[in-house]
Amino acid sequence: MFKPAALAYTYDGSFEGLLCCVFESYQWKETPLAIHSDGEEQGLLLESKWIATDSSRADRVLKSLPLRICPEAEELVRLGFWSCTPDRELLLLNFLYLGFTHGRKVMNMLADDTVNTLHKAVQQLRREAHLYLGFVRFSVYGPVMAAVIEPKGFVLPVIQDHFCDRFYGESFMIYDKTHRVALIHQPGQQAIIPLEEWIPPEPDAAEEEYRRLWKGFYNAIGIRERKNDRLRSSLMPKRYWKHLTEMKGSTTAASGGKLTGSSKKLEERSLRLGDGDGPFQS
Amino acid sequence: MDMMEKLEILTASAKYDVACTSSGSERKNQAGGLGNAVSMGICHSFAADGRCISLLKVLMTNGCIYDCAYCVNRKSNQTRRAALTPEELADLTMQFYRRNYIEGLFLSSGIMRSPDYTTEQMIAALELLRNTYHFRGYIHVKAIPGTDDVLLSRLGLLADRMSVNIELPSQESLGRLAPDKSKSSILKPMSLIKEKINENRSDLVKYNHAPRFAPAGQSTQMIVGATPDTDFRILTLTEGLYRKYGLKRVFFSAYTPVVEHSLLPALDTKPPLLREHRLYQADWLLRFYGFQAGELLDEAAPNFNPLLDPKCSWAVNHREQFPVEINRAAYEQLLRVPGIGVRSAQRIVKARRAGALDFAALKKLGVVLKRAQFFITCKGKMLEGLKVSEHTLLRSLMSGQELAALEPPQYEQLTLFDDSDLAALPAAGAAVHKRGDWP
Ligand code: SF4
Repeated sequence: MFKPAALAYTYDGSFEGLLCCVFESYQWKETPLAIHSDGEEQGLLLESKWIATDSSRADRVLKSLPLRICPEAEELVRLGFWSCTPDRELLLLNFLYLGFTHGRKVMNMLADDTVNTLHKAVQQLRREAHLYLGFVRFSVYGPVMAAVIEPKGFVLPVIQDHFCDRFYGESFMIYDKTHRVALIHQPGQQAIIPLEEWIPPEPDAAEEEYRRLWKGFYNAIGIRERKNDRLRSSLMPKRYWKHLTEMKGSTTAASGGKLTGSSKKLEERSLRLGDGDGPFQS
Repeated sequence: MDMMEKLEILTASAKYDVACTSSGSERKNQAGGLGNAVSMGICHSFAADGRCISLLKVLMTNGCIYDCAYCVNRKSNQTRRAALTPEELADLTMQFYRRNYIEGLFLSSGIMRSPDYTTEQMIAALELLRNTYHFRGYIHVKAIPGTDDVLLSRLGLLADRMSVNIELPSQESLGRLAPDKSKSSILKPMSLIKEKINENRSDLVKYNHAPRFAPAGQSTQMIVGATPDTDFRILTLTEGLYRKYGLKRVFFSAYTPVVEHSLLPALDTKPPLLREHRLYQADWLLRFYGFQAGELLDEAAPNFNPLLDPKCSWAVNHREQFPVEINRAAYEQLLRVPGIGVRSAQRIVKARRAGALDFAALKKLGVVLKRAQFFITCKGKMLEGLKVSEHTLLRSLMSGQELAALEPPQYEQLTLFDDSDLAALPAAGAAVHKRGDWP
């Protein structure tokens, strides 16, 4: 590892931008004490160095992952970037130091703190993404379907293929309110695009009716003698209830999602998608 | 009767069926179709009892010409009856599926007129879904005992999974409580389904496009606690079903009294949830951990210990096989250590390639050291400072988080056990299960 430098890196919050931070660190043989995306609140009073995003540099780092570590490393790093673990940038930088030193062996070093923390972060993202395969609730508005989610991690790219295959012939949207982006799908086309705000339209009579029937089903399927609120809440945590049709009107819906520093960051990160070479484009 | 009422009646009547899982089938969507199937299974919601909801689980009708004593739908029970037409059922499935409420359909039915007539209705519903709506999601259908083979074969080509419920784990219990059914009327469709699946497998090798027969296999369900059958009896039967009939899953359902009957537990009997839980744990050990039923229970101790999970019980009774050395033990050996699950065993095997592991490392890999510590060494040493008396051992093993997760008020008495009770534990298996047992 390089000498610790008493400075922080600031970058634009994109995946490419982070790869450029890695490039920078290697170029100057220095380890920053923190990496922030611009717009994010900065706790430490460190001198900060702005790292401009440069596609060719990012590309060189990205291409070195399968060669110098192993092909699976790229996915791990991307998923780590989408996770909501604190200081994920520094974590990923440390992981790459290890990877470039030990090569493919780093993937087995599960007892190392850096590798372990990264694996746990990725596991958490995957778990949340898996939950959303079930917890997304679409409403049908004439020819289109739309859903709102408020995930902690950036799950849309992970669940994208599943929904696009499942509803291949449909036009639909999943709006991620935390990160202010939306997965938009039309037959043959899909993209994750930034979307500042989206408020669902009023449901029509048919939509109301199927929601009602679903709630009726939900209430009828539980067995009273086996009622177990704690088990239910551990399998379906309350923070998801707010957007679950069957739980609406339940006493303890989660409180409204407020925009945090990290969501701001992701929002800006996703703004870069428009130009067609962002990391999340399909 | 409006749709809401029908749905509520037919759901309430189907709710005791457990097979809600949607796993085992992998199918992509295709042009013109709606939906796909995912082999790992997706839970879409969890009911107030904490059970997963992944399928629209309903009956076509809750009217039945049979009179099984344990069943709400039996002929002699006074209850509101309803039926769905194949069109209503197909529409509801599609509408729920599009909204991502469900992963597919679980269709069962009371027996209207005859087993064949009932099956024809089910076929009509599934044909609408598959052929008219091009539904490619998951369908689990219950085969009605006594149905003609030709009809059953057609049904199996439309479904992902088929099941025939055994319900009661012995011939005597069946004879007493389900007079219209017999062991053979249950096992016959089970063998037919198995044969069809096997035939289909060889067809698929020969012709690429042979339609698939129940690609997610078959399953069954047994009611626990309605009859005096022991855990050993249930688990041995389960093991036999996996072997002989190639079943994918056996489900257990703690009996909830629904009708007054002289041969059944009284109406105020609580469902034996802990017993059901232990059976699921043991089933898991059979399917993923290489255990056999005979290793876990026997005639002398035919029921599971309520205070220790089956794997801990086994380990406590087989101290001669421990400790195992984490850095050398085979994967199969690691799996038998309490506190090490499939995931952590895999991680251990992977991580020790990068260097020898110590206790701190194991903790990071997700091993529950509190339990595992008594059964392992790292680099030849037990955990430093570890005292192994019968007392500490049992205390540590007992605090299964599953007890907390179940949180059933009826087990609060467990906390009343004092240490003298603990001493008697390993042998206590036989004496438990007063509750919920019959008579
Ligand atoms: S045949 Fe099935 S639905 Fe009919 S009474 Fe027996 S268990 Fe109930």
